Amino acid sequence: MAFEYLDHEADVGIHATADTLEEAFEEGARAMFNTMVDITKVESRKKVEILASADSVESLFVDFLNKLLTKADTEGMVFSRFRVMITHKKTYTLTAYAWGEPLDQMRHDIKTEVKAATYSGLKCWNDTGGHHVQCVLDV
Amino acid sequence: MENIDVRKLDEYRWEVPKKGEMLVPGRIYGDRDIIDHLQADIKAGKEWNALRQIVNVACLPGIQKASMAMSDVHPGYGFPIGGVGAFDMKTGVISVAGVGYDINCGVRTLKTGLTRAQVEKKKGALADALFEGVPAGLGSTGDIRLSVDKIDEVLVKGAEFSVEIGYGFKEDLEYTEENGKVRGATPENVSREAKQRQFKQVGTLGSGNHYLEVQYVEEIFDDTVAKAYGLVKDQVLVSIHCGSRALGHQIGTDYLKTLEAASKKYKIPIRDKELVCAPIESDEGKKYFGAVNAGINAAFANRQAIAHLTRKAFSKAMGVSEESVKMLYDIGHNTAKLERHLADDGKEKQLLVMRKGATRAFGPGRDEVPKAYRKVGQPVLIGGTMGTCSYILHGTEQGMKETFGSSCHGAGRNMSREQAKRQWRGDNIINELSKRGIIIKGHSPAGVAEEAPGAYKDVNEVVEVMHNSGISKKVALLRPMICIKG
Repeated sequence: MAFEYLDHEADVGIHATADTLEEAFEEGARAMFNTMVDITKVESRKKVEILASADSVESLFVDFLNKLLTKADTEGMVFSRFRVMITHKKTYTLTAYAWGEPLDQMRHDIKTEVKAATYSGLKCWNDTGGHHVQCVLDV
Repeated sequence: MENIDVRKLDEYRWEVPKKGEMLVPGRIYGDRDIIDHLQADIKAGKEWNALRQIVNVACLPGIQKASMAMSDVHPGYGFPIGGVGAFDMKTGVISVAGVGYDINCGVRTLKTGLTRAQVEKKKGALADALFEGVPAGLGSTGDIRLSVDKIDEVLVKGAEFSVEIGYGFKEDLEYTEENGKVRGATPENVSREAKQRQFKQVGTLGSGNHYLEVQYVEEIFDDTVAKAYGLVKDQVLVSIHCGSRALGHQIGTDYLKTLEAASKKYKIPIRDKELVCAPIESDEGKKYFGAVNAGINAAFANRQAIAHLTRKAFSKAMGVSEESVKMLYDIGHNTAKLERHLADDGKEKQLLVMRKGATRAFGPGRDEVPKAYRKVGQPVLIGGTMGTCSYILHGTEQGMKETFGSSCHGAGRNMSREQAKRQWRGDNIINELSKRGIIIKGHSPAGVAEEAPGAYKDVNEVVEVMHNSGISKKVALLRPMICIKG
């Protein structure tokens, strides 16, 4: 499981890889929060639930990230650990748990706000390296 | 590898010829250097490229005249940054891409009665007062705590709301675009999530490329216009760059889904998922525009509140009255507006003009321009790159004819944030700029590195193009003294 940042002129591109699709989503979420704070400094003190659904895996990924941002804002929290479950019948449905704690401006090494996960550069694919997810974050 | 033709019309005007599914040509304001940079992206096979986005916008139904890009053009979401598209009300569409996630991100500039020398003496204390007084950065919260119904009032009243609760003066509103309040805001079309995210954020600066900067006028280019604006050499100004905060972002996210469904419903080809849209007069289009107007008002309310906190900091550190810090102007550069222009059918009519990373730059005679400025055209506030310089321009008749009264908004990036962080360190930049007498106070060192001057195009080059093309002319050059970064 890993994530990296891509070169995008104006904002931040994230690319995450893992053995399963769900783990790739989890890594993507870690990449996003790592843009905001140092996630190694975020403790798993509280758990929240995220629900999302979409017609495609790609839209599901963006919806998941944006719902996390909303939750972070409304609860005043940042998250560093995730557990994602995806089911697919007619549409894709996601249930996820995110663990984190209230944002601490002293302890968490504040970086930047993320305005939204966009559809720009949005891709989900798999190859010999595993499952990949990618998109651009508007900062 | 795609190839997009760009033809030179003159030194500063370039055209992407109308081909294939384009309904109008592309029109770019730039010099050779700027165009080369755009074409280099195509040659390098970059997925996110501004020329492709200019072409995509030219294919949108109802677009008038041209798919335009100002001189700070670079890749955006659906629309290029620096992009302008005007649409017929009956046949045209509205798109999240044309407005952006940070609805009505813009600049407010205030004039102080202080000189550069006076501020130099107390620069440190002023920087501290501003840093402490204006909430900024991730997780910062404002003094104004709102409930759901109060939020609705903000979304309808805009800057007027902030004035009513004691943040600033009624006179400020006359010198704000739209008098700080657009009509047609429908809070019922803004989601609960969007409002909840906004509760504690009114009166906060945000982060990324948002900032608050204390500046002095280094050079005046046009004495007549400078006089109308009340600008003199060595005068100290303060500029605030920010937008509608999380409310705007959530509106963008919410309506991308709505407009994606609408694109399919109204059978509008989706060339780029970020460019999904709906007919302006459709149910979905009207709802989104109502939400955009709410977002526009939220940003006005926010800048009005921050201006007030700025006045308080000046009063505290410099011993001047709050009233002595006066409005120059407040502009937005991520907006959708209803404006009267000459349409392609030769009639003067109301069009929907979307400006994404582009500023409205109305010329002399327009009703929308404050009375005191009407003879010379509105101020166009061009935010500079941290530590370099900023400009004040004025709108012109030429601009009204050619670009629906639009101009650039800032320097535009030419390097990714990742690259910038690899090349520079926040603390080195702070030290270097400090040696040149500029105090930078930021809430994040990495954030400062990402905003390094080298990561941006040269703002002088960007402004020269708009000036030489006659679209918006230079009035004053400003140099930074203090920069507060979120």
